Amino acid sequence: MTAIPSIPGFLKEPNGPIGKPVSRVDGRKKVTGDAHYAAEFTLPDLAHGYIVSSAIARGRITRIDASAALALPGVIHVFTHENRPSLAWFDRKWKDDDAPKGSPFRPLYDAEIHHALQPVALVIAESFELARYAARLVHIEYEAAPHQTDLRANRANTFTPGKDKGGFEPPPKPRGNPEQAFLDSPVQVDAEFTQAAEYHNPMEMHATTVLHHDDGTLTVHDKTQGAQNCHTYICNVFGLSKSAVRVMSPFVGGAFGSGLRPQHQLFMAMLAATQLKRSIRVELSRPQMFSFGHRPETIQRVALGAERDGTLRALIHEAVQESSQNENYVEIVVNWSGQQYACDNVRLDYKLTRLDVHTPLDQRAPGAATGVPALEIAMDELAFKLGMDPLELRLKNYAETDPNTGTPFSSKELRACFRQGAERFGWAKRSPAPRSMREGRELIGWGMAAGVWDAMQGQAAAKAVLGVDGKLVVSSATADIGTGTYTVMTQIAADVLGLPIEEVTFCLGDSSLPTAPIEGGSWTVSTVGSAVKAVCDRVRSQLFTLAGKLEDNPLKGVAEADVLFADGHLIVRDDRSRRLSITDVMRGSGTLSIEEEARALPYLLARARHTFATHSAVFVEVRVDEDLGTIRVARVVSAIAAGRIINPKTARSQIQGAVVWGIGMGLEEEAFTDHRLGRVMNHDYAEYHVPVNADVPDIDVLFVEEHDDMVNALGAKGVGEIGIVGVPAAIANAIHHATGVRVRDFPITLDKVLAGLR
Amino acid sequence: MAPLKASPRPAVVPPPAPIPVTLTVNGVERTLHLAPWTTLLDALRLHLELTGTKKGCDHGQCGACTVLVDGRRINACLTLAAMQDGRKVTTIEGLTTGDSLHPLQDAFIEHDAFQCGYCTPGQICSAAGLIAEGKATTDDEIRELMSGNLCRCGAYPNIVAAIRQAMTIAGPKAEGAP
Repeated sequence: MTAIPSIPGFLKEPNGPIGKPVSRVDGRKKVTGDAHYAAEFTLPDLAHGYIVSSAIARGRITRIDASAALALPGVIHVFTHENRPSLAWFDRKWKDDDAPKGSPFRPLYDAEIHHALQPVALVIAESFELARYAARLVHIEYEAAPHQTDLRANRANTFTPGKDKGGFEPPPKPRGNPEQAFLDSPVQVDAEFTQAAEYHNPMEMHATTVLHHDDGTLTVHDKTQGAQNCHTYICNVFGLSKSAVRVMSPFVGGAFGSGLRPQHQLFMAMLAATQLKRSIRVELSRPQMFSFGHRPETIQRVALGAERDGTLRALIHEAVQESSQNENYVEIVVNWSGQQYACDNVRLDYKLTRLDVHTPLDQRAPGAATGVPALEIAMDELAFKLGMDPLELRLKNYAETDPNTGTPFSSKELRACFRQGAERFGWAKRSPAPRSMREGRELIGWGMAAGVWDAMQGQAAAKAVLGVDGKLVVSSATADIGTGTYTVMTQIAADVLGLPIEEVTFCLGDSSLPTAPIEGGSWTVSTVGSAVKAVCDRVRSQLFTLAGKLEDNPLKGVAEADVLFADGHLIVRDDRSRRLSITDVMRGSGTLSIEEEARALPYLLARARHTFATHSAVFVEVRVDEDLGTIRVARVVSAIAAGRIINPKTARSQIQGAVVWGIGMGLEEEAFTDHRLGRVMNHDYAEYHVPVNADVPDIDVLFVEEHDDMVNALGAKGVGEIGIVGVPAAIANAIHHATGVRVRDFPITLDKVLAGLR
Repeated sequence: MAPLKASPRPAVVPPPAPIPVTLTVNGVERTLHLAPWTTLLDALRLHLELTGTKKGCDHGQCGACTVLVDGRRINACLTLAAMQDGRKVTTIEGLTTGDSLHPLQDAFIEHDAFQCGYCTPGQICSAAGLIAEGKATTDDEIRELMSGNLCRCGAYPNIVAAIRQAMTIAGPKAEGAP
């Protein structure tokens, strides 16, 4: 069940589609096979590319012999660093909108090998099967160099990064005297936590199809979360004029961050298409999906000191994460700990270690999904030591204002999340002692955790075209990776102009559309939704102005603010019989179409004076087999405060999906690197475990009412990330409650629980 | 001096010559000339341009390529097209009748049983096969018997709800595959 928040007096038109559980407008396409993804476009001259991956983790290529591959009839070319054309030289030409500080990886640039599975050759052939076969025949000799891929072995060899990536803030300076306060605290927790490296593994493997048109222009169908980001990248790298290339990504088969940066299949397909002057498709294999960015492996320490009544006196959170040799990938891991709870003595520390790996990459709730669970397990440990209910401990130290900055929250209904979530879950019936609840051989555990994520907003533009037939087309170069962008933008536009959903079409995933940033970080509703609202507001004003020019205007003498837009009509708010249809306004004024473009910016002043965040409380029941150690998540309640929910149906799906990600993080997902070879061993879906249907129970999602008129014109904060954040900790805490075994290393596999049970 | 490494040199064999393969796809008989190493999945996607059937791993690990062959659900990536010669193949494109959707397709939309949509054709074909098998009667059985179809977006609870609804309409043993 989903509670739908109502915010009286906030909606322009209370019966409009905002806030309604509208089914996805692209649903029919997706269930009929009519939604086309990057590898599903073609032209008669299409050739197929297959990538050869490096067999070593570090070193250099000493010899490439492609003769056996090239001898096969139907093999067109083998691209390597030896025969590549001249490419951009400056690092800035290889940068993209999500690039951290450093020197981006350049495929096929030279003989150097920087990481395992690095692409080293591209075979182009007339058929996919032939390209794949020929790729096996490319003979490559390497001179291997020693590599370092083990974070634990290199944890002392760290450096402190600066503000090395967009959206990243280094931890705030320490406050109070945390070390002394910790020592002086009567109750202490001090523990180390580890998080395994995870790979995004969207269902659609990364693919690019470049269609080479007769006039020499290129249409590039790419799997990306930012068509314009990729457009700029390929124009810079290949020295192409912006008008000669168009990047399209109308449908993206999941990404979760993997499409935030241009990946090497895009480079490869572009290289072949520009050199061979024909259409090219390059699709990665599933093992090659482990050849680029990942959620970085992390080691953390959390130390909490408290009074006997639960008041937090000291909070120390340190993290060490892996990055590559060439870039400083950073994410906010520890800062949340200074923001979540009121505490006077706080030290937060974040460091990087360089390893011989591909640069890590933002993955769903980057940083928060890693850092917050460590804090939330430590809070559970503290509650246990205090003999206090874990929920009470969190309420005891509730932060009314942001302790990191001293600024107020624009809104924060975390208390309501705690209260409503606990009530729905039945938390009051929990018996506090570990191992005190069971059913047959199954130990039952109830655990909870809080979550937090930023409510960000960027800049975006949108265009609207209203036709004389009353049909509206709105567009912006954003993406829909399954998040529901098509649907919520359609709802926003339909709401502002009072049009039926069916009369509105929203276009995205096209670099030629009005500017929008990469889709990520839960900022798309805020960023693009604000632009859609702004442009539709302009169309609305235009319609009102045009109505004023009509001879028998039933709205005569009425101010614009007193006119409602509903059911395709302009209606006087206080006298609904006085109305005029949009099509009548258009026809009557001889207007064939209204075209507007608008850009929306964040409320900068409000942003400077407040902290903007989404919050969650998540409650989990696990069942642990006492003999086998198998862990099953039996029940989840996730209570979310994220401002206004534009579409409770798709938003609920976002939270459910994120909870499933949390189950994967908590119990299953782990890339195992063989450090002797420097490569991931379990690089496929059979051995890199993601949750399957049988792993997932019913997930109860609650949206608590949260009014926020500072966050943006919609009052909506975005829900893509917040759902995952507390989940791994709630699972770990529930496992402790079930078994008495405290596991601090994610994922919590049965061997770790069994070791504690014996 | 660091060790030198080289990939092994596999024996070179000439690419196989095409052979005729006849499939009845969504009710239409199609004869293709395919290299015998072509999987049913690539035959559908690349040679028949029926891209509704998705490639998620090419190794039978994800279920995105699930189609119905003679009414039974299989992973199209785990069989060569030539091995299915003479058989009836139903893909997601074949589940609709004119403009009207299959009850599973309607239920998937209604229950928001997908997000990115990439696993969806495989989920729906798999569910059609499941219903035809008549083995699942409870939600837990649906979960278990649908666990060969991964959904990275995590739409599982909604997938179960959608299948339950379609199953109620069809009856547990009804014809799932046309």
